[in-house]
Amino acid sequence: MREQYPALLIIVPLLTALVIPIIAYLVKRLVRWIAMGALIIANISAIGALMHVLNQGVWHYRFGNWMPPWGIEYVIDPLSAGMALLISFISLVVLIYSDVFLKEEGWLKIGMYHTLYLLLTVGLLGMVVTGDVFNFYVFLEISSLSAYGLIASGGSKAVVAAFRYLLIGTIGGSCYLLGVGYLYAITGTLNMGDLAVRVQPLMDSPAVIVAVSMILVGMGIKMALFPMHGWLPDSYTYAPPHAISFISGVMTKVAAYAMFRYFYFIFGAANETIAIVLQVIGAFAAIGIIVGSIMAIAQSDFRRMLAYSSIAQVSYIALGLAIGNMYGLIGAMFHILNHAIMKCCLFLIAGGIKWKTGEYKIAKFIEMSRKMPKTMGAFIIAALSMVGIPPTAGFFSKWYLVLGAIEKNMWIYVAAIVLSSLLNAIYFFRIIENAYLKKGQEDIVPASPKKPELPFSMLVPIIVLGIGILIIGIFNEPIVCQVMQYGLPGGGMR
Amino acid sequence: MNVLIDYRPLWAVVISLVAAGLIMLSDKKPNLREAWTLIAAFGKMFIVFSMLPAVLSGQILVTEPLHVAKGISLYLKADPMAMIFAALASALWIVTSFYSIGYMRKLKEEHQTGYFASFAVCLAATMGIAFAGNLLTFFVFYEILTIATYPLVIHERDDEAIKSGRKYLAYTLIGGQLLLVGIIWVYVLTGGGDFQAGGFLAGKGSVTSLRIIFVLMMIGTGVKAAIMPLHGWLPAAMVAPTPVSALLHAVAVVKAGAFGILRIVGFVFGPELLKDLGVATALAWIAGFTIIVSSLIAIAQDNLKRRLAFSTIGQLSYVVLGAALLTPMGILGGMYHIVAHAFMKITLFFCAGAILATVHKHNISELNGIGRQMPFTMGAFAIGSLGITGLPFIVGFISKYNLALGALERGQGIFIAVLLASGLLSASYLLPIVYIAFFKKSEEFQEYKEANLCMLVPLVFTAAVSIILGIFPNAGAHFYDLATMAVKSIVTGNLLGGGW
Repeated sequence: MREQYPALLIIVPLLTALVIPIIAYLVKRLVRWIAMGALIIANISAIGALMHVLNQGVWHYRFGNWMPPWGIEYVIDPLSAGMALLISFISLVVLIYSDVFLKEEGWLKIGMYHTLYLLLTVGLLGMVVTGDVFNFYVFLEISSLSAYGLIASGGSKAVVAAFRYLLIGTIGGSCYLLGVGYLYAITGTLNMGDLAVRVQPLMDSPAVIVAVSMILVGMGIKMALFPMHGWLPDSYTYAPPHAISFISGVMTKVAAYAMFRYFYFIFGAANETIAIVLQVIGAFAAIGIIVGSIMAIAQSDFRRMLAYSSIAQVSYIALGLAIGNMYGLIGAMFHILNHAIMKCCLFLIAGGIKWKTGEYKIAKFIEMSRKMPKTMGAFIIAALSMVGIPPTAGFFSKWYLVLGAIEKNMWIYVAAIVLSSLLNAIYFFRIIENAYLKKGQEDIVPASPKKPELPFSMLVPIIVLGIGILIIGIFNEPIVCQVMQYGLPGGGMR
Repeated sequence: MNVLIDYRPLWAVVISLVAAGLIMLSDKKPNLREAWTLIAAFGKMFIVFSMLPAVLSGQILVTEPLHVAKGISLYLKADPMAMIFAALASALWIVTSFYSIGYMRKLKEEHQTGYFASFAVCLAATMGIAFAGNLLTFFVFYEILTIATYPLVIHERDDEAIKSGRKYLAYTLIGGQLLLVGIIWVYVLTGGGDFQAGGFLAGKGSVTSLRIIFVLMMIGTGVKAAIMPLHGWLPAAMVAPTPVSALLHAVAVVKAGAFGILRIVGFVFGPELLKDLGVATALAWIAGFTIIVSSLIAIAQDNLKRRLAFSTIGQLSYVVLGAALLTPMGILGGMYHIVAHAFMKITLFFCAGAILATVHKHNISELNGIGRQMPFTMGAFAIGSLGITGLPFIVGFISKYNLALGALERGQGIFIAVLLASGLLSASYLLPIVYIAFFKKSEEFQEYKEANLCMLVPLVFTAAVSIILGIFPNAGAHFYDLATMAVKSIVTGNLLGGGW
């Protein structure tokens, strides 16, 4: 079994996704447990794969023993294994959380939801472990299509938002595919390692430049990089809270991860074309950070505020890629992890508040601290982390990014990061003021052991992620030095 | 100088964090809750003072570093300068705890659990700032202090408190970000940020970049030290309950800023480098300006706490001035003024709080004749006031004297004039209060008696300590010796500061 981890990671959730509608028809209650079992196996496989690569170096897994460039190859290095673990972990946590929202639904809806959810997980997992650029596209489409479906299940407004996302997302996917087509036409290979060897001498050719631009636009749309972020606010606002917690946590990050793979491993950041592309990304990211934060301040709906905040935060990752030295890249990778946990936690909290009080409006959060003390405690940790107050995780991604930017004398980026954390403080402390300080009219029934603020299955994920933010902050050294560093180009050597 | 591995600095931080947790858990039992505060306060003081003999004999106690991120670590270090601040804050926490309990119960304040828990976290952060062994550790606790003080500022939960809270956060968070940029810049230049007596930045970067770093760091720490024009949050934060103003806005928070300035001048840049850079002179002038202008503003205030707030702004700049003079006596005077001002100003705030809690008066013009009903309170107030003006045999004189010597050493006699003018100005805004309290007649306060013992004993105690330290500057925690040791190490640079 042990040497099959990369296959298990994908195949178990994939097959489970396919049988779930049948199971849902037969025994509705079993669906959730089977999905959970599949994700637990995915988690174990991800951990196993991570251990394996940390001990023995990069792992090339060949399907059916077909050698590349003919067969499909999965390439697992510390970074992709780490991403796989992050995706499967968040997926599991959110699945546990979603129970309360789905309990009352009919078998069809439960079955469809879990199928799409697992397919989304499979798509994202496949994108990070595959070593084949076309196989990547297949997984990209699997994840995108299931994400459209999940978002559309949030009601009539969500359908419109999902349709808009579908249109823009399909353009993004097509751009990516065109880019891959150009690359295949030039080099005749789809294997990433093979491609890297063959394409790098040809970087000046106009066809490659077109391919690079296509991939930039495709991934830019998928990661909601400014100014390609238009689809994101509506989708995040109207999607059902359990689905969006997962989507916001990892989906945009996988696109950012893909950008990292392409620009640093396949094309190589050393040549001129990519250097220019990275400058463009950096400029977009710096503007996106500021615009996203300012738009977040202007929102009165909690989910929409988080959506704009996501645009700003994803730009942090892009900014790290644009900085491009060791600390910048560590900052980008570390922020993928941090932001996945923080934003997932915040969306879970938003869903919890909605479930308890029916409110999404920030103005209605008055005295929330007494209605839901534990949830709001987790909120404070997540908020401080978004602002970047030590010792939370968010501080350290800021630390690495600023360190990298100062090292390369990129002062505008430093200014953008600093300004953004102050803007973050404005919109998060506004909620804290509402929840903790303002006095409401009505009488509040404070939460008590007999009448808990949220069901157990919702509260535990929120608290686990909240504590996780602190743990990742204080113990980020092993994560960075023993996992991420080996995933950087050249194994983290300067 | 020996460096010893010792975890007592860490325990001094942890004990009040644990207490904060226990306080939150004992929400429903006020007596148990207050017991945790007092146990932690005494425990912390015991831990801190148990390190005194070792530090006085020239040892430095260091914890093993905790590697938190690539290439950087957090660790705590008890050197003489750290001991001054830690001993001061831990001793005054006990006094303030008793006072807080008396004050909060007398006024029947709400949200007391959150209040005492935040207070404990603030003290943990203060210990961390005092014992910080490198810039990152300093910054981590500095930001924790910023956040932990916020619930105390907005304690009253009314519109004014919310406004003040916003103002407080705006100032301190912006300052914190600039400080962070400065700190990261230092890491880029040197690959580390361990405090080292006499500084470690000499020759590490271009003059321009070092100057910008200095400015960034001075803004970052200067916000908390309330240097003008960065002082706006301090008078606003006076909406907090009086014990908060007393311990945090006269001792812990603002002194964390002043302490940070001394650390950065003495242990990051070093006086020699700063003399070459020429930026400290500007800082000295800003400090002098702050001293005079804040005193002038204080005269115009009728609200007692606001007047004391502006007085605090002026007195903090004494510390900044001492650091900016870059001479041994100047730095010594600045360091000792951290102690001196703490005892005097906490006495004054305690008195203001006692008046507020007993007769519910905020304004000075309403205090006619109160001294006859509250002789001990107003007597202590008189001692504190005289100390602030710089009267010999009260502790303020010692630091002022050293600051004046420092100004002479630097050949900047003008600052002696500033000190003298400030003494006169502070006499003109503090002594009239004493005068109207004792000599103006009024029938208004006939039915009132002295403040309750929980408040009275602490304020008489701190007034008495102000006099004792004025006569024996080394009484108790050997503050003067510690300051001398710290200054010697900065001047000679032979203190094993780096460690790791």
